[in-house]
Amino acid sequence: MFRYIVRRLLQMVLAFFGTTLIVYALMFAGQGDPIQALAGERPVSAAQRAYLTEKFHLDQHGVGGFFYRYADYVTNLLRGDLGESLTGRKIGDILAQAWPVTAKLALIGLLVAIIIGVTCGVVAGIRRGGVFDNATLVLTLLVLGVPTIVLAPLAQYLLGVKLSLFPPTAGADPSLYALLLPGIVLGCLSLATALRLTRTSVAENLRSDYVRTAKAKGLPTRRVVGVHVLRNSLIPVITFLGVELGNLMGGAIITEGVFNIPGVGFNLFRAIRTEDGPLVVGLVSVLVVVYLVSNLVVDVLYAVLDPRIRYE
Amino acid sequence: MSERIVRPRADQESGGHLLEVRDLFVEFRTRDGVAKVINGVSYHLDAGETLAVLGESGSGKSVTAQAIMGILDSPPGFITGGSIRYRGTDLLTLPEEERRKIRGKHIAMIFQDALSALNPVFPVGWQIGEMLRLREGLSRADARRRAIELMELVKIPAARQRVRDYPHQFSGGMRQRVMIAMALALNPAVLIADEPTTALDVTVQAQIMDLLGELRRELDMAMILITHDLGVVADVADRIAVMYAGRIVEHADVHALYEAPAHPYTRGLLESIPRLDHKGQQLRTIRGLPPNLMRIPSGCPFHPRCPYARQECVDVVPAVHRLGGDRTSACHFAEEVLDGRI
Repeated sequence: MFRYIVRRLLQMVLAFFGTTLIVYALMFAGQGDPIQALAGERPVSAAQRAYLTEKFHLDQHGVGGFFYRYADYVTNLLRGDLGESLTGRKIGDILAQAWPVTAKLALIGLLVAIIIGVTCGVVAGIRRGGVFDNATLVLTLLVLGVPTIVLAPLAQYLLGVKLSLFPPTAGADPSLYALLLPGIVLGCLSLATALRLTRTSVAENLRSDYVRTAKAKGLPTRRVVGVHVLRNSLIPVITFLGVELGNLMGGAIITEGVFNIPGVGFNLFRAIRTEDGPLVVGLVSVLVVVYLVSNLVVDVLYAVLDPRIRYE
Repeated sequence: MSERIVRPRADQESGGHLLEVRDLFVEFRTRDGVAKVINGVSYHLDAGETLAVLGESGSGKSVTAQAIMGILDSPPGFITGGSIRYRGTDLLTLPEEERRKIRGKHIAMIFQDALSALNPVFPVGWQIGEMLRLREGLSRADARRRAIELMELVKIPAARQRVRDYPHQFSGGMRQRVMIAMALALNPAVLIADEPTTALDVTVQAQIMDLLGELRRELDMAMILITHDLGVVADVADRIAVMYAGRIVEHADVHALYEAPAHPYTRGLLESIPRLDHKGQQLRTIRGLPPNLMRIPSGCPFHPRCPYARQECVDVVPAVHRLGGDRTSACHFAEEVLDGRI
């Protein structure tokens, strides 16, 4: 297991450099004159141009120059310095502000998915073919079929504006309560998938031979289902939820946009729109790390949950 | 209720049989129709003896065992008639909670494929100890200690080290030993072994059968051995019940049955065993296939495959002929088959 983790960490280093390189290239290679892009329509004085050229190492041309700038960027990154956005704000500061919001939102979404999705999935799996099972099947199909771009404004209008149960928008520095509705909307998709996954897994495991053995041992039904079946059924569900956490942590561009939540997705979207290269690369670099780490955790967790999996 | 059951005094009430299945009917209700899986099966088991239940796949031998255990999947399986008496108490009339207490403690069962029958995500020691913790209230440490003892009883080498291992880390034979250890944990009076050696190599099969025979004697259990392998039966069983299409077609002492079968189906089974002295000759088989249980043939269900079938066999369901002692045969011409006249 230890060797597996070390190997995975080494792979992560490669994946990290690969991704940042590609994102860096995409953001900067296509630009004509980065200094003019930075200044927009305003004229740039020779002194300013010289300063910025010096600062961003723009005097180095061609592929060599690109790698020079990339190496420069990565060196700073490894020192923990994410650099500055084109608007002059420290990217580290932007992240420090945006990340807690996104993390809260992601955890609310994940909790909704776990509590409702897994519970309903277990019940539906046990009573397969029953009324509850069919009802959840239709509902999850609906949720999976309706894109967030429709679901989010709909929830905002119905629950936020019409019924006034939740604040319709979150705004800067949102409270947990303000994040509840967007969290539920965000978690809906994970919820539907988690429910279906749990249902199938429980139904499948209920039919397996070891359940017959557990019954033959004279164990009460609640123990057969609650310990023997559940422990096996949750392996794929937990794996899915782990990956999902990585996805949710990456920020939800649509949900954060609709509810006006200043999270990572919101900032990323704005950075892309304003062609703020350093900010995009900075945010994506951190997203990559989060995603890689959450995937590693899932893989390790998978081996812990299922003793048949051994990474040698 | 369960207290009354454990008292041996109750034996007398049912004429002394430890376990008695009488006139059992089971059907499987599926979307395609109703399959009549068990059609009036009766057999009994006395303390300390081994009954072999023999038959092809789908003959209903495992379903009968599952009905005894009360672990029949329902739906689709439904018991539509008969009784299963254990020490005089009809298990089919007991409430589920009472039945549950009999499982494992009085009647235990081991299954064919130990790899899928054991839970893959728990260590074997945990799975053996689970019954002791839940049913006997043993502490975690005591349950583990007892699990090691049980693993030693079934001759698993280095039991102390292996108690924390998972099922997939054991070989096929060792896994079946774990199953046996688990079944023995609560000292049951009856052990039902459902094809315990089918999934194993031939040499391992013999070891497991020897172990089962030995443990049965040592622990003074009664055993129902379900198998389709006549070769396995001879050394271990006292009596044999041969099943076909959800009925018992012949019931006899092992030696009597091997000497002279009283049902054409049994004769066909015996003749289809490969024999060294018939080397080079074509292996005899029973022609045809077992019947579809949704459309069991009229009269004697074996008639389409029986080499001696006559019009009577097509028209009339044969009664169970008593042939002296415990011996029975459900064939219109039982005496003639037994005497070798047919």
